[in-house]
This record gives sequence, structure tokens and C-alpha cells, in this order.
Amino acid sequence: MASGDRFCSRRRALQLAFAASAGLILAPRFALADANAVADEIKKLYGDKKATDGKIKLDVPQIAENGLVVPVSIDVESPMSADDYVKAVHVFADGNPLPQVFSFRFTPECGKASASTRMRLAQTQNILCIAEMSNGTLYSAKAEVKVTIGGCGG
Amino acid sequence: MATTSVPRVRVPAQAKAGDIIEIKTLISHDMESGQRKAADGKTIPRQIINKFSATFNGKTVFEADWYTSISANPYQSFFYKVKETGEFKFVWKDDNGSEYTAASKLTVA
Amino acid sequence: MISRRQFLQATAAACALVTGSGMGSLGRVAAQQRLTQADITRFDPLGTVTILHVTDIHAHLKPIYFREPALNLGVGPEKGQPPHLTDQAFRDYFKIASGSADAYALTADDFVQLAKNYGKMGGMDRVATLLKAVRAERGDDKVLLLDGGDTWQGSWTSLKTEAADMVEVMEALKVDAMTSHWEFTLGEKRVKEIVEKSPIAFLAQNIRSKEWQEEVFPASKIFEKGGVKIAVIGQAMPRTAIANPNWMFPDWEFGLREDEMQKEVDKARAAGAAIVVLLSHNGVDTDKKMVSRVKGIDICLTAHTHDAMPGVLKVGDTAVICSGSHGKFVSRLDIEVKDRRVSGIRYKLMPVFSDAIAPDPAMSALIDKWRKPYEAELGRVVGHTQSLLYRRGNFNGTFDDLICQSMLSERDAEISISPGFRWGPNLLPGDPITFEAITNASAMTYPNCYRNQMTGEQLKLILEDVADNIFHPDPYFQGGGDMVRVGGLGYTIDVSKPVNQRISGLTHLKSGKPIEASKTYVVAGWASVNKDTQGPPIWEVIEKHVARIKTVNLTENTSVVVKGV
Repeated sequence: MASGDRFCSRRRALQLAFAASAGLILAPRFALADANAVADEIKKLYGDKKATDGKIKLDVPQIAENGLVVPVSIDVESPMSADDYVKAVHVFADGNPLPQVFSFRFTPECGKASASTRMRLAQTQNILCIAEMSNGTLYSAKAEVKVTIGGCGG
Repeated sequence: MATTSVPRVRVPAQAKAGDIIEIKTLISHDMESGQRKAADGKTIPRQIINKFSATFNGKTVFEADWYTSISANPYQSFFYKVKETGEFKFVWKDDNGSEYTAASKLTVA
Repeated sequence: MISRRQFLQATAAACALVTGSGMGSLGRVAAQQRLTQADITRFDPLGTVTILHVTDIHAHLKPIYFREPALNLGVGPEKGQPPHLTDQAFRDYFKIASGSADAYALTADDFVQLAKNYGKMGGMDRVATLLKAVRAERGDDKVLLLDGGDTWQGSWTSLKTEAADMVEVMEALKVDAMTSHWEFTLGEKRVKEIVEKSPIAFLAQNIRSKEWQEEVFPASKIFEKGGVKIAVIGQAMPRTAIANPNWMFPDWEFGLREDEMQKEVDKARAAGAAIVVLLSHNGVDTDKKMVSRVKGIDICLTAHTHDAMPGVLKVGDTAVICSGSHGKFVSRLDIEVKDRRVSGIRYKLMPVFSDAIAPDPAMSALIDKWRKPYEAELGRVVGHTQSLLYRRGNFNGTFDDLICQSMLSERDAEISISPGFRWGPNLLPGDPITFEAITNASAMTYPNCYRNQMTGEQLKLILEDVADNIFHPDPYFQGGGDMVRVGGLGYTIDVSKPVNQRISGLTHLKSGKPIEASKTYVVAGWASVNKDTQGPPIWEVIEKHVARIKTVNLTENTSVVVKGV
């Protein structure tokens, strides 16, 4: 429920998202990434090549239950055959200290281009996903994850 | 690291050729981000697992590069299209140079 | 002295204006000067399947007063849509006459007078009678009884027995399946212990083990009734791990899981289900969105937001049913199936008027058994109220005002905050305030009343964050419930604005001064989701306050100014 100390501790927990165990003090706020930092990272990987929307299902919760452990799944439409498969998927977060979250590299052995992991999110932010197909084509998808204190009455 | 990293995997022991099976893995690890400070004000150095890879009978199936935004005790799941009987090998690479490994046998019925 | 039942029959005569009411025949009944059990259960049967739905009982074994909200704002596409209708707008929409039994059961204005006329509602012994009547009429083999959850929490006896009272009562009612929300505040271990033993199927498609992302409870169950296969898919409150203390169920993850829902529906159809029922604890707006996106759900039995609708809400091909709360209503749905598809639905929201329904003796005895060890403390009179004490309303309720004042005085705080819970029955002016009445609005497993320091900035952030959980235009981002209640603090809210722009004009009421962002205030609150929250349980705080002031007499709360409606 939405009570004050929850809020404060959640915000603090989120500030502390990268510093959450005993014996440690709150680090001064680190500069957080932004949409530009994400764009820069993508540029480093693929230059000025354009990505089109589609093919990717980026599955993240609308609202994070715990900013320290946010499930993220991606599923890219592809036959995953020897000559037509998904090579790589990169995921970025524009509100974390560093924009990169992970890069997955698939092979036709996978059968399908689907994988899941868990990430830390410091605050409400956008998650951006780029998929590189075996022919070099790029696709992208975006989703927002809200980090909240909650509020319940039912 | 407070504890030794222990990997755990969930792979079906048996499957049919052509099945697409899900592989789930977990490893205990703090995934120290390098962005925290200790009580003495010093930054705790980054120490994460930065790479995970899975091979089957020596052939690469799936790889992941992990950054500091990956949660502690990282979880990774992915899929594999079954062809033959053999063995999965899983490797996690730590910033400090350590490698943690696990293996799992798969029998094609 | 005339009995309540005689009075109820007599006053019903005054309501001859009733036209075709949404509750079926009660309007005409009123004109005939009688309101009996037979009128409540009267139903023109259809098909071979009857589904009965109860939800959000919040552990109320005995009849209660429960006023529906006078303010229930909808935002975005839900603005002015049912269930976001109150009073005259509600009565107009469902063709209900002012002053009628239906008006009393479903709307808020003139509540005190109507409550005196029509009496309390609910009581599980009355519910048992209604259910038995339907089973007798239709035959057990045609009836499926479903419980939408929020059943195990909300009373002193359920708290003290860790819901053993409610579990036995619901089993005696022969509930077939349930889903859940507040159930989880009993903790992972207790929930599992009950579920493993109980014949009631505990369904939740949207809970996963954190570690391996595996199903924790069965997602669905197929029942066969009246020769028809009925799939029931459970959906627990998707935000339980945010809204309630997730340390109580550390291994479980929730969420909406729309894709998985679609898979469950498809699986149910493939297994031969002719009727697919979503037994949900999403809340009405969220359910309306979900069933518009997930294809193939015939009936959605919604819950969580406590709305009671005397008619079916149609969303595409899906019938959405809102069965209210606190045992006030039992929903009956008769379903006709042709060629393995739903071809007709007939619906009635049966109001549980406790004075018109004979209590089921076996259930009365069971309720007495569970209450007996606690009767003395439950009946302890702490004070009296001259005001109507109620909970529901978007921004405040008088019972919440009392709780907020109790915290200010007994915890020596400048500001108090109290959750916008929708559970907790009412007291009428003149009623004694018993310990039971206090715990009916506060019994829960994390009741500690903390006393903290907060800056003005933090207070504003809390209000903004909670407001976004209620007034976000996308229902998938709403949490259900109402705005956090405040004591000692005034503010203005523009519900039409986006997050962090809704709240302005924060004022410290005692001094009349604006709240300063950087200044620190002493704040008391309760129901923190944080582990190890320190402070006395809230019922002690309220009891101390009521015992001290003896008579509760509240003035109108004008501390929240609402804009953008």
C-alpha cells in the first residue's frame, strides 16, 4: 500500500538500486543515461543504419514489482533457418547509469529467437531493443516500464 | 564476492528430434555494478559476470553479453532445437577472470 | 414496536414510482408492498448452466451497512462510463427509482434514511440461503459457484484465525473455484497450506515463481455443469506485489500477463470448453481493457474495485459482471449453449437484504462457532458516532477522516496518511463504535502505525505517485482503490493532468501555511508495505482516540479540491 515510508524507501531503494546491501552508504547520484546515450550506443554498433519497427516482441512489465529485478523477454519473428535467422538482439535502458543492459547472440540452433533475463531499473524509463537479422536488416521495439510506490484500495 | 558462484540449470533430460525446448539457467552472483560506495567512501569496484555462453556437442547455441544493469543472481533462458543426443555446456565469465561451468545431458528419444 | 421486516415491507410501499429496475422485479415488488426472499431469488431460468458469483466479501460473516461511493471518477475513455456513475446518474442509467430498495443498495445519496428503512445487507448465513435456493431450483449439477477473492481478509476473526473461519465458511457454501488478492497478505506459507487442503480450486494464471518463472497455482480448471464444459481461468490482482508487502510472498511474481491469458483461453477452447469464464481480480477498467484485447472470453466476473452493476457490461462479445463487495450481492448468470457456443445469457444481481432473507441455520451456527471466542472483545463499546462513518469515495471517507484524526492525536503528528482502501463497512449516526467496528476497517497483517519525518517534497511525491495509480488514463497502469487519505494536510488535484502535474497547493491545515518542499514534517501512517515497520497496530490507535473523545462528530472534509473532472 501507498504509505509514506514505503515511498521514501522505494525511491531510496531505487537510488540505491545499484547499492543495496548492508554496510554500504548511499552513493552520490550518478549521472543517468538518456535517450541520446542510447542512440550513441546504437550508432557505435550499426552506424547510421536505420531500424524499422516490427518483428520484435519486447515483453517487460508495465509496472515493475521490484526495480532491482525486472523481467525482460524478447521474441523475434524469424524462421531461424541456416540462411535466415536473428543474429543479435541488444537491449538498452535510457534511465540507468549505463545504457547497455544486454546483447544476446542467437544461432539457427536455437530454433526460435526468444530469450529472457532480469534487469535493474533505477526509475521509470524506456527500454529500447534492436534486433539484427542475418541479412543485416535492423528492427527495433520500445517499451516503458513504470517504477512506482503502488497504491491499493481494493 | 560474499559467496562462491553456483550455477543451476533446468534442461529436459529427454526430448524428440525437432522439439524446441526451453533452457533455463541461474547463477548466484552479486553483479557488483561498480557504482556503489562503501562506508569508507571508496567506490566498490565493478565485478560482474559479463558473458554467458551455451554450446551443444561443442557447437555454439546461444551467447549473452551482460552489463551492469543485469540483476544480481542472473537468470538466462533461451531455446534449443533438438537434433541429437549429446551434452550442453554452459560457461559464465566473471570480470575477475574466473569461469563457472555447468553441463547437462540430453537424450533424444 | 414493529420489526425491521415489517417496516421493510411497509416502507417498500412508498416506492411505487419504480419502473423496470435493473435488479429485475424488485421495483414491482415494492409496488406490491412486500419484499421477500422469493422476490430476490425470482429468476426466469435459461439454458442448462447457472454461474453464481460472489466477491470481495472481505471476511464479513455478519450483515453490515455499506454505502456505495458518492464520487467514483473515471478517466480517459472510462469517463462517465459504468461503473463510474454515482447517485442520480447511476439510477438514470439503470432505471432505478430514488428511495427504492435498489437505490439503497446501489447508490449513496439519502443513505442514512434508506439504511434505517431497509436495514443491513449481507451476512454469510443469508448468502447461504440464496445459494441453496438457486441450487434447489436448478439442481446442483447445473450450478457453478465462483469467488473472486478478497475473501480471507477484513475482520478480526479472520485475522485471528488466519482465515480459518472464512475458509470453512466458503467450503460450506460449496465454492468451486476462487482467485485472490488480499489472501496473499497471510503470507506464502499460510496460503499454500490452505490451498493444499481445500477442495476449492485456487486459480491464478498470472503468478510465477521468481526463481524459475514457473506456474505457482493452476491457471484454470474445466468444470462440467448441465452437460456443458466450462473453463474457469483465474486472474489474481496483477499488482499484489506492489500494492501489498511483497516480503510476505517473496518467491512469487505477479503482473497482468495478457499473452499468457490468450494462451489459456485458446487452450480451454481446444480442450472443448463451450463457456470460457475469466474469474478476475483485475478491477473493472482493467478487465474491460483486457477482454477487449484477449479474444474468446465469454464471461468476465470482475472484482477488486468493489463496483456493483445491476446489468451486464458488454465489451465486444464478452459479458462483464460486477458483483459488488462485503456480501451485499450474489450474482446469478444463466447461460444457454448451442453448438458448443454461448447463445444466451440472463443475469441478475441479487441484493442480500438481511431482513428479507431467512438465515440458513447451519451457516448461522458455523458463524457463531467462529465468533464465539472473540465475542467479548468484538462487542466492547469504545464510543459512539453522530456521523455516518463510511469508506468509499475517491478522495475521502468519514471513517478515513476518523483514522487520520486518530493518528494525528495519538501519534502526535503534524500530518497523517491512510491508504485509500475500499473495504470496511459503515456505522450509522447514533451507532456505538465497537472494537469490531474499528477492526472491520483495519484488521490486516501489517497494521503498524509508524511515525516518521518527511519533507514537503516527499509528501508531494507520494500524492503524485498514488494519484497516477488511480487517474492514469490507461487502465493497465491503474492499481485500483482510491486516493491516499490525508489528515492535517490540504491539497488541490487536477485529475486530467499527467503524473507529477496533478497535485498543487499543499497546505499544512493547522498553521494554514503552504507545505515547504525542503521542510521536514512529522507524519504518521499505517499499512506500510515495508518489513519491520515500527508502531502500535492501527486499531489500538483508533480505539485510544475514540475512547478519549467518546463521541465522534465529523465536519465535512473540504481539504481536497478536485479539478479537471
